[in-house]
Amino acid sequence: MTSAISVSGLVKTFGPTRALDDLNLDVQTGEVHGFLGPNGAGKSTTIRILLGLLRADSGTARLLGGDPWKDTASLHRRLAYVPGDVNLWPNLTGGEVIDLLGRLRGGLNKQRRADLLERFELDPRKKGRTYSKGNRQKVALVAALSSDVELLILDEPTSGLDPLMEAVFQDCINDERERGRTVLLSSHILAEVEALCDRVSIIRNGHCVETGTLSDLRHLTRTSISAELVGPPNGLTSLDGVHDLVAEGNRVRFEVDSDKLDLALKQLVSTGVRTLTSQPPTLEELFLRHYEDAK
Amino acid sequence: MIGTALIGSGHLVRLALRRDRILLPIWVLFLVGITYSTTTALEEVYSTQESRTLLGVTANANSAFLAMLGPLHDWSSLGGLVVWRWGVFSGLFVAIMAMLVVTRHTRAEEEAGRTELIAATVVGRHAPLAAAVIVAGGTSLLIGLLQALALIGKDLDPAGSFAFGLSTASVGLVFTGVSAFTAQLSENSRVSNAIAGGFLGVTYLFRAAGDAAGESGPQWLTWFSPIGWTEHVRSFADNRFWVLGISLAASVLLVGVSAYIVTRRDVGLGLLATRLGPADGRIGTPFGLAWRLQKGSLIGWSLALFGVGMIYGSVAQAVGQMVEDNPTLGQIVQQIGGADAMVDAFFATITQLLGLITSIYLVQAVLRLRSEETSFRAEPILATPVSRWGWVASHASFALVGGALVLAFAGLGLGLVHGLQTGDVGTVLPKMLGAALVQLPAAWVIAGVALVLFGLFPQFTGVSWAVVSVSLVLTLLGPALQLDQWVLDVAPFTHVPKYPDIVAGPLLWLSGVAVVLLAAGFAGFRRRDLTT
Repeated sequence: MTSAISVSGLVKTFGPTRALDDLNLDVQTGEVHGFLGPNGAGKSTTIRILLGLLRADSGTARLLGGDPWKDTASLHRRLAYVPGDVNLWPNLTGGEVIDLLGRLRGGLNKQRRADLLERFELDPRKKGRTYSKGNRQKVALVAALSSDVELLILDEPTSGLDPLMEAVFQDCINDERERGRTVLLSSHILAEVEALCDRVSIIRNGHCVETGTLSDLRHLTRTSISAELVGPPNGLTSLDGVHDLVAEGNRVRFEVDSDKLDLALKQLVSTGVRTLTSQPPTLEELFLRHYEDAK
Repeated sequence: MIGTALIGSGHLVRLALRRDRILLPIWVLFLVGITYSTTTALEEVYSTQESRTLLGVTANANSAFLAMLGPLHDWSSLGGLVVWRWGVFSGLFVAIMAMLVVTRHTRAEEEAGRTELIAATVVGRHAPLAAAVIVAGGTSLLIGLLQALALIGKDLDPAGSFAFGLSTASVGLVFTGVSAFTAQLSENSRVSNAIAGGFLGVTYLFRAAGDAAGESGPQWLTWFSPIGWTEHVRSFADNRFWVLGISLAASVLLVGVSAYIVTRRDVGLGLLATRLGPADGRIGTPFGLAWRLQKGSLIGWSLALFGVGMIYGSVAQAVGQMVEDNPTLGQIVQQIGGADAMVDAFFATITQLLGLITSIYLVQAVLRLRSEETSFRAEPILATPVSRWGWVASHASFALVGGALVLAFAGLGLGLVHGLQTGDVGTVLPKMLGAALVQLPAAWVIAGVALVLFGLFPQFTGVSWAVVSVSLVLTLLGPALQLDQWVLDVAPFTHVPKYPDIVAGPLLWLSGVAVVLLAAGFAGFRRRDLTT
């Protein structure tokens, strides 16, 4: 597999602020890659560097095999971008903007355009200034999704969409994956990332702190176990990877590192298990851990 | 009712003053400073009574002066000279200030959605408009007051000084009202400013047309112009303070109507309704988009300058007429080369003025790049295969080529009407077209400065307006103030050959300077980050 995006050691400063600090990011061709991080972590800065809108201070960034700063025009022919803050020209209609952006990229698929307008329930005849935030985002999404490009760069594309439209968006991204396109999806919505992404990267303070497939990352999380045993629990306290143990008579609650689950269960079984509830690890947990550290 | 509708105005006034803490003091310093320096300069230049009388006779017989500055009512006092030289422009500038301030704090805020944020707090319905009116009107009054004090500081008659200062303030008050009104009409602050600015242009033209031919012309037109009203105050000559009552009544009426509309409309919407548009677009190039965004302004400017050209063209013949009517003047005119030379001098002044006005259009067209960038609308375009170069070129071409079009229309208007009056359109029209178009390289230089700011110092693109103002003041007022030549040389329009002696040299090197500036701007933008 080749890399659609490969970034290493990227640094970008704005005056005294170090927006990106030795950032690494690798997006494989054909995957949907989640790009996560708290506000101000540097997600949009990274994306703008990848689009050649900002120039990196140091480090290397490769996009579809080219240099995003030097080969701007030829690279942009092969990608579509949805900004986080979509601002439209007040006196152009949504339809005009979709067609403009499509033509500038070298044409768009008329059939898919019509189809997407219907799925997103967007009226293309309205003027830019009359659209709500969600509808402005739909304009940018329809423009991006209806063009035939290899790479989609989406910067928090669903932050203004309602849950119904969020579902439509997820369907669309799954369609894109089937078409073999690469997607870089910056997002805050965990359900969306869990539903869509093959791999994710989490960045904090301009630095990539975790990257891998969802199952890779789940290994970094803990499973919550609560069990009723035949007799009083023993040996759990000393077990490696067990945390927050609470024992009341024959009942026990604890959290265990996902890669130590096996040992913990063996210990329970040795006592004898009556009931067992196990809660799978969620990304949320991982997220919160990283987000809170950022403060 | 009205009490609760105004709750929070005080906070909003403070917010506006905080946001404009640099802009407003600059306006005040600029307008008071020029008043003071104009007085000082005129005092030196026209120190003797004879020189003042000569000026009085020639100024009131020279259509170019009459159209541009209005009549000189009292040439016996220094104050009268100041009123003549600076009064109309002082009013124009204060009107622009009031217009920008009111729109910035009303419609622009509403358009950006910030009024919504404010309106949801304990703020009365009328508070945003009231705050804008207080800030713009208050600044106008402050400028007028300080102008009066500056004149009194030069030992001028206090009554006349206050008549002058309050005249300036009165134009500011009227245009506070005009912009309060235009802000209600459209959802778009750019359109609000365009309508108010267009009205300001009409205001100036009405008085120009009314004044240009002296007593033999349609002087009643000046009564339909807020700037004309200030002339009727006749500061230092008669000090007719009652005329200012008209301005006050007009501003109160306009603000009242605007406040009424505020109670009738929804926040964010205007009176002019938005209709549905086409579902499919035909724009497919950066130039196509720039055309769509800039064509309204280009057409408006072309038509406006065509109109201005026609008005000045219609006055030109009266210039010759006036000489024949006035034997004493005839003598003076003979010394400077006869009536023809005076008509030529008139055209030289007018085409220069048209060039200066056109440079405002050029800067506005260039700065569109910056407003597209700061509103995040450049980003999606530059994320397509459109190159930085292509995007800048798409808008800059409106400054460079569009500027030529605007000037050509000005020349057409001038030549067409003057040609029809002299019965020789065939020779007059091409001459006037040429006289207008030679201004282009100088206007390009100013556009080049704006592009350099955009490309290299994007945070400071607003300085472009200072460049326009300085070149306007230096070119229009500089010679009369007898400033040193090197100061005048700073303004590109100083170097434009004067009609009818057109030589290519200065035009070539001005174009060269413009090319270098434009190239620097392009190169700077290619290398820099997009910023807001």
